Amino acid sequence: MSDTLVAWDDVLASYDPALGLEVHVELNTHTKMFCGCPTEFGAEPNTQVCPVCLGLPGAMPVVNRKAVESAIRIGLALNCEIAAWCRFARKNYFYPDMPKNFQTSQYDEPIAFEGYMDVMVEGEIHRVAIERAHMEEDTGKSLHVGGATGRIHGADYSLVDYNRAGIPLIEIVTKPIMGSREKAPLIAKAYVAQLRELIVALGVSDARMDQGSIRADVNLSLAPAGTGSLGTRTETKNVNSLRSVERAVRYEMQRHAAVLNSGQPIFQETRHWHEDTGVTTSGREKSDADDYRYFPEPDLVPVAPDRAWVEELSGTLPENPREKLERLQADWGFSDLEMRDTVGAGALGLVEETIAAGAAPQAARKWWLSEMARRANDSGVDIAELGVSPAQVAAVQSLVDAGTINDKLARQVFDGLLAGEGTPEEIVAARGLAVVSDDGALGAAVDNAIAANPDVADKIRDGKLAAAGALIGVVMKEMRGQADAGRVRELIVEKLT
Amino acid sequence: MTDLIRRTAAQLADALAAGETTSVEITQAHLDRISAVDGSIHAFLHVDAEGALEQAAASDARRAAGRPASGLDGVPIAVKDILATEGLPTTCGSKMLEGWVPPYDATVVARLKAAGLPILGKTNMDEFAMGSSTEHSAYGPTHNPWDLDRIPGGSGGGSAAAVAAFEAPLALGTDTGGSIRQPGAVTGTVGVKPTYGSISRYGLVALANSLDQVGPVTRTVLDSALLHELIGGHDPRDSTSITQPVPDLTDAARLGATGDLTGVRIGVVKELGGDAQGNEGWQDGVRQRFQESVDLMVGAGATVVEVSCPMFVHALAAYYLILPAEASSNLAKFDAMRYGLRVLPEGIVDPSAEDVMRASRDAGFGDEVKRRIILGTYALSSGYYDAYYGQAQKVRTLISRDFDAAFQQADVLLSPTAPTTAFKLGEKLDDPMAMYLNDLATIPANLSGVPGISVPGGLAEEDGLPVGIQILAPTMADDRVYRVGAALETLLTDRWGGPLLDRAPVLNGASS
Amino acid sequence: MPHITRDEVAHLASLARIDLDDAELDHLAPQLSVILESVASISSVAGDDVPPTSHPMPLTNVYREDVVVPGLTAEQALSGAPASEQQRFSVPRILGDEQ
Repeated sequence: MSDTLVAWDDVLASYDPALGLEVHVELNTHTKMFCGCPTEFGAEPNTQVCPVCLGLPGAMPVVNRKAVESAIRIGLALNCEIAAWCRFARKNYFYPDMPKNFQTSQYDEPIAFEGYMDVMVEGEIHRVAIERAHMEEDTGKSLHVGGATGRIHGADYSLVDYNRAGIPLIEIVTKPIMGSREKAPLIAKAYVAQLRELIVALGVSDARMDQGSIRADVNLSLAPAGTGSLGTRTETKNVNSLRSVERAVRYEMQRHAAVLNSGQPIFQETRHWHEDTGVTTSGREKSDADDYRYFPEPDLVPVAPDRAWVEELSGTLPENPREKLERLQADWGFSDLEMRDTVGAGALGLVEETIAAGAAPQAARKWWLSEMARRANDSGVDIAELGVSPAQVAAVQSLVDAGTINDKLARQVFDGLLAGEGTPEEIVAARGLAVVSDDGALGAAVDNAIAANPDVADKIRDGKLAAAGALIGVVMKEMRGQADAGRVRELIVEKLT
Repeated sequence: MTDLIRRTAAQLADALAAGETTSVEITQAHLDRISAVDGSIHAFLHVDAEGALEQAAASDARRAAGRPASGLDGVPIAVKDILATEGLPTTCGSKMLEGWVPPYDATVVARLKAAGLPILGKTNMDEFAMGSSTEHSAYGPTHNPWDLDRIPGGSGGGSAAAVAAFEAPLALGTDTGGSIRQPGAVTGTVGVKPTYGSISRYGLVALANSLDQVGPVTRTVLDSALLHELIGGHDPRDSTSITQPVPDLTDAARLGATGDLTGVRIGVVKELGGDAQGNEGWQDGVRQRFQESVDLMVGAGATVVEVSCPMFVHALAAYYLILPAEASSNLAKFDAMRYGLRVLPEGIVDPSAEDVMRASRDAGFGDEVKRRIILGTYALSSGYYDAYYGQAQKVRTLISRDFDAAFQQADVLLSPTAPTTAFKLGEKLDDPMAMYLNDLATIPANLSGVPGISVPGGLAEEDGLPVGIQILAPTMADDRVYRVGAALETLLTDRWGGPLLDRAPVLNGASS
Repeated sequence: MPHITRDEVAHLASLARIDLDDAELDHLAPQLSVILESVASISSVAGDDVPPTSHPMPLTNVYREDVVVPGLTAEQALSGAPASEQQRFSVPRILGDEQ
């Protein structure tokens, strides 16, 4: 049974949304949070485990100093206060991917708290208040066997791999974001996108939504417009791309409005986003473990980072995001609108890397915001997950700059890149996309075009050079686009005048 | 030449060093003893004869090459079944872990191996260390060598009985609320709980993480000191492990063995059986032996002062909130998914993981364990946390303050280790609270982390059963516990004309 | 006076994933009530000014360096598994949601 949705404009006429985002970042430390097991992606199942992360009886955790360092740096970058003294706590619940059936996390004593991040949305800055950032550990991974979709619902049994269990996670929780109104979906998306960039700039995580090294849960509630109160919220998980963040917020706003309009209360629950169908569904079992029976982890001692260490780490932070935006805009010579669109598309980092790989700023922007954005949209993915790298885009551009190919042919090169046919140069060669620069061949094609279009040729002879355009088109057709239009024009003019 | 099995570990070590015997001989002698008497005692859950003899042979080879690994190289030992031993089953006295063989060694076990001590086997215990009589073992109780119809104490009854029955010269135990000291008291053996954090817990299956400690179980104070020095010290795998080095305990024990206690201030704790009036629940014979020990120590130069630790009356309550809370969380890992017992629920077609967890945990855990898990879950529940677990943690602070104040007035504190001598098997099984009261005197030390020893104090008049004398010292002052313990041991042994265990009944099937 | 009902025990057992049968429930509830009564005295002992002790020893900042340490082989990891397949732990179908 599908949910009723209220039309978008009608939602905002009656309700104000309050938004909350919980983002989990998987750190890129070499080893796990509480043991020395490696964290490499893609290892054979259950080959990166030990008594500690497997939860064997008698094993004991020891805190990874590097993870604490990364947590502090994330907190500092988010303008948080760093706790002078804090502890780990056990969050008790049962689930087969949890080796101890409790997660070692932090409860009322997070390592970082009371911060903010300034998020740029459509040219405006929104300050998102950060409630806390704390350290915890990841769970194992399950493969669900026997069901139709490989998902948990309808599976016959599951196979668990604990390689991921114990990998350090930092959970970042915002305070309720109020007053976002119709921009709520965009603000949510922009927050996640820009938080991601900050994390990458810190160098503490790959922060890839498609790989799960950054995960976002969206909390949403509606209250009657203008009351400033907070409604009952739902939490939506499985939001695996920036696109999904925006869509899930929008969907939940529309769904909540429909429920509230019908006079029903919102059921406080966890929901699942489905990118393929564009809906949220209810989590299958209401958790009785809402009472996690938190208590301080007795096998660990408090973390009390001294102020000298925190000072030292402050010096290792990347540039302030706002200042960075200003600097880049100046360096690149982008207009405000161009900058805004770049940020809005989640392409800032991509453009930056493309420029670093040798492309001119405008060219980089052009490729990412038009060609790549279009393709991403068509495939329903974020541009960062399209499968084309900044280095590849720069390489394609340099082929264009060199005259080897033109813009139109470049698109075919991108087809080839996405199909995994090799490097840009290899694709140009394999598909025979190189622009023909041999005057002999070009000249022959020009002669053919002149011969086939005597009237047009006469016009050109008479001095109406504008007519050359038609002949260029014919030549390009014969050359299957693989000609430099400028050189063709020159040859036409040479031959006819 | 005294029978090999009746010698202390120190004596065996000397004999090995002097070339009078070999580790294989010693180990075989103990294995023979186990075969002869363990049918009656049931101290062992697993005997590794083959492994122990291999390790003994390796020890002899090292010694022949002039390279003994330690002062105790070649002296065999028994290990409580709550410590992970790679390749040997580790059941924690529970059906939940029947047949589980750990793929790793506890740190203390690794240290034993590195020091060359052959491991005879794993000893019986109350299930997951919850109990004071070893009757809660899923594999049947252990019997007290002094009277086979009586309990050997708990949770470490197996280790204490093994040592008391001369099946092993040394054993490792663990102590959370008295599980080393109380069995020591009722079997006439020595048991030590070290300063919290001074011996590694890595590989010790956790009961209450903030209370548990590994410790030696032996027949003499010197033997405990030797073993303690060997296994103690910082472990980077245990975050609660202290960095201070182990003090010179054998020195302290040797100094104490002179019997001179001049200048030592002894505090008798009023709330722990030290009050002449109004201490019901303390058996007369126990109080008698205790008073006798106090008198002996005064005769040896010590001064006595009565101290009051009023918060100690709340120790039992605090303990029986903290322990179940931590244990309920620690035992959650036993869910039939990765190791341990898996039982399918009856009458359910196509059970879910949750169904299997519930059925397995119901089948795998005994009554006492279930009781404490439920209690702990309750104590941690929202709405109850502050009143129960939260309060209990505060009471710990108050108890520590009482200890601090007491140690201003006295160098060591004394009490009987347990309120009674060994009771009969089955006597207290139906009354959990009655069972819990056995730990009255031992629990405060775990709550505060202070070190303590139980030394044999003689036999009670009314039943002829062993009584233990508990000596407590401030945190980090483990050497004091050994010095005073050794002194008392000398004074008493002199009075008796020989070790207390010489008077233990001869066991059926035994030749000596 | 704290008193724990049979229903409460059943709920707690469910939270603790233990399937107690009726006999066990009948048996446990009164025993637990007695124990709770004995320990309830604690709720009024310490004032607000008393700090809790979660650790006997005042240690802080115990860390390990971010360096790989050899762990278990897959064979060792799976050695105790009640069921395994494709080098993974095989568990019956899971009903609840991940947190």
